[in-house]
Amino acid sequence: MTLRSAKDPNYQRPLTRLIDRDAGPLDLKGYEAEGGYAALRKAIREYKPQDVQAKVKEANLRGRGGAGFPTGIKWSLIPMGPDAGAKYLVCNADEMEPGTFKDRLLMEQAPHQLVESMAVAAYAIQAQTGYIFLRGEYVVAAERLNQAIAEARAAGLLGPNVLGGPWSFELYVHTGAGRYICGEETALINSLEGRRANPRAKPPFPQIAGLWGRPTIVNNVETLCTIPHILVQSPSWFKELSKGKSSDAGTKLYGVSGRANKPGCWELPMGTTARELLEDHAGGMRGGKKLKAWLPGGASTDFLLPEHLDLPMDFDTIARAGSRMGTGLITVVAEDQSIVAAVRNLEEFFSRESCGWCTPCRDGLPWTVKLLQAIERGEGKTGDIDQLSRMTRWLGPGRTFCAHAPGAMEPLQSAIKYFRHEFEIGTVCELDDQKPEVCTIPGGLPDITDHRDHAPKK
Amino acid sequence: MSTDKVVKLADLNQPGFVLSEDEQHEIEHALTHYPDGRAASIDALKAVQKRRGWVPDAAIPVLAQAIGISAAELEGVATFYSLIFRRPVGRHVIKVCDSISCHLTGYDELKAELVKQLGVDYGRTTQDGRFTLLPICCLGACDRGATMMIDDDLHGPVEPADVAKILGTYA
Repeated sequence: MTLRSAKDPNYQRPLTRLIDRDAGPLDLKGYEAEGGYAALRKAIREYKPQDVQAKVKEANLRGRGGAGFPTGIKWSLIPMGPDAGAKYLVCNADEMEPGTFKDRLLMEQAPHQLVESMAVAAYAIQAQTGYIFLRGEYVVAAERLNQAIAEARAAGLLGPNVLGGPWSFELYVHTGAGRYICGEETALINSLEGRRANPRAKPPFPQIAGLWGRPTIVNNVETLCTIPHILVQSPSWFKELSKGKSSDAGTKLYGVSGRANKPGCWELPMGTTARELLEDHAGGMRGGKKLKAWLPGGASTDFLLPEHLDLPMDFDTIARAGSRMGTGLITVVAEDQSIVAAVRNLEEFFSRESCGWCTPCRDGLPWTVKLLQAIERGEGKTGDIDQLSRMTRWLGPGRTFCAHAPGAMEPLQSAIKYFRHEFEIGTVCELDDQKPEVCTIPGGLPDITDHRDHAPKK
Repeated sequence: MSTDKVVKLADLNQPGFVLSEDEQHEIEHALTHYPDGRAASIDALKAVQKRRGWVPDAAIPVLAQAIGISAAELEGVATFYSLIFRRPVGRHVIKVCDSISCHLTGYDELKAELVKQLGVDYGRTTQDGRFTLLPICCLGACDRGATMMIDDDLHGPVEPADVAKILGTYA
């Protein structure tokens, strides 16, 4: 029997080397035959927990959930030692960022990889219990992960005294019941505790007081799945994977969706350009249309333009271009598609998914949607675009309880920056005959309770 | 998934609502996963919804007592999460992805076709009690847009022309 890993002899695609979508996921026996659980054995037999932490830090692994926070640093804040008491490892598998479809692949096609990753990471921080917080709609992933956990537990790879050592680890799948906000780290913790998914104030950070007030690490699926490979290989191998392309280490699950010919998700070296993703892997734009704009990594990232396609897709470079890499799965908008309609769709999503905890987000997002709907219908009024710009500040970083509303403002602010003319087309200008050059908002702020009359386009 | 912990619920049933044995076992199993009963709130609600399609008001005090929190607190949880249904739904629940990737690949046309064929808009159930139509966050299948989920099945890409055939497979 040929091993799946034979297709990747030089270990260049750690996350997906064992994935074969036609054949389906490997069971425990198959996974171990491919070298699975070697990292867990190596960690427990050869390394102290702190050594595993040090390797991850040395590898310069940055979180793949969207923020790019260095995983080793996140871990280093957790209290260690015999008196640390109960600690938790939580896998954020609540993949709901619009345009993101990478964690589903890892969980459906390589469930044992995630189970092993959870065990290795939990060993590193000496957590005794782990939860995979999985969105309820991922029914196939839930079934396969539960089966993998049962197999691993029966083989002594999870449960009491893992591999005969002193450390015990129980792992559970927790499935959610909707709401995008559950992906926010502290909202996720509240949801896992069985509460409404409102975010918590930070500090204290979850590493100090998280799940049930205990030290807790929350990591994304893709981040966790990278860790066993760093142990089996080495931190320097991990950095080598993206050599010459990016200062961020390793590979990344990149993808393309929207108006592309062959949308998909591929594991490529960190720092691959969006042009390569779109033109080489996704077969270019559908119907020969030109690219108008793209979101680098989900709904909460700023739009970029065709001129940004040659930038390496890594956290720092995309940030310097005024956006964020986010999840790294790009969404492409074609030249004949409306930016106003796209932003209206994005803001409707954020508005519906606001948890309602803080006022700027709860009230500001529906207001934003109303303005955008009016502009899309060609019924925008004088001052509406300025009001939208003001929203991007009122709902921006530091003005809200969590990052939900600031994330919502990212595509809006960049759409106004790059495509202001599209917003203007939808705005009817009410000019004062005495001062035709002045555009003021009549009677103060726009009235959001007012149903806009049908007015002729400019 | 298995652990060595066992939890047994006392008889909590009230005249208006009786937990089935299945539901009770599922809640007991969920309680073994957490050090605090409250954490099983979503599992408990889902255990009832899985078998009855929705969570009736009368279930709330019974479930709340089972996991050791107040009925008001469980009500707060039950009304927060969009996939816990507090009104009866049809035999099949259609969840249409309305996020950006599907918006760019034919969501408007798909939704219009669904509304046309079913004769109901979001949040409503067809008169024959067969389908409930709901929007949903990105289904994580953006390479297959436009997508929708019917019960536990993911469909995509769905063209308006495919809708009749897909709906026909759900009795």
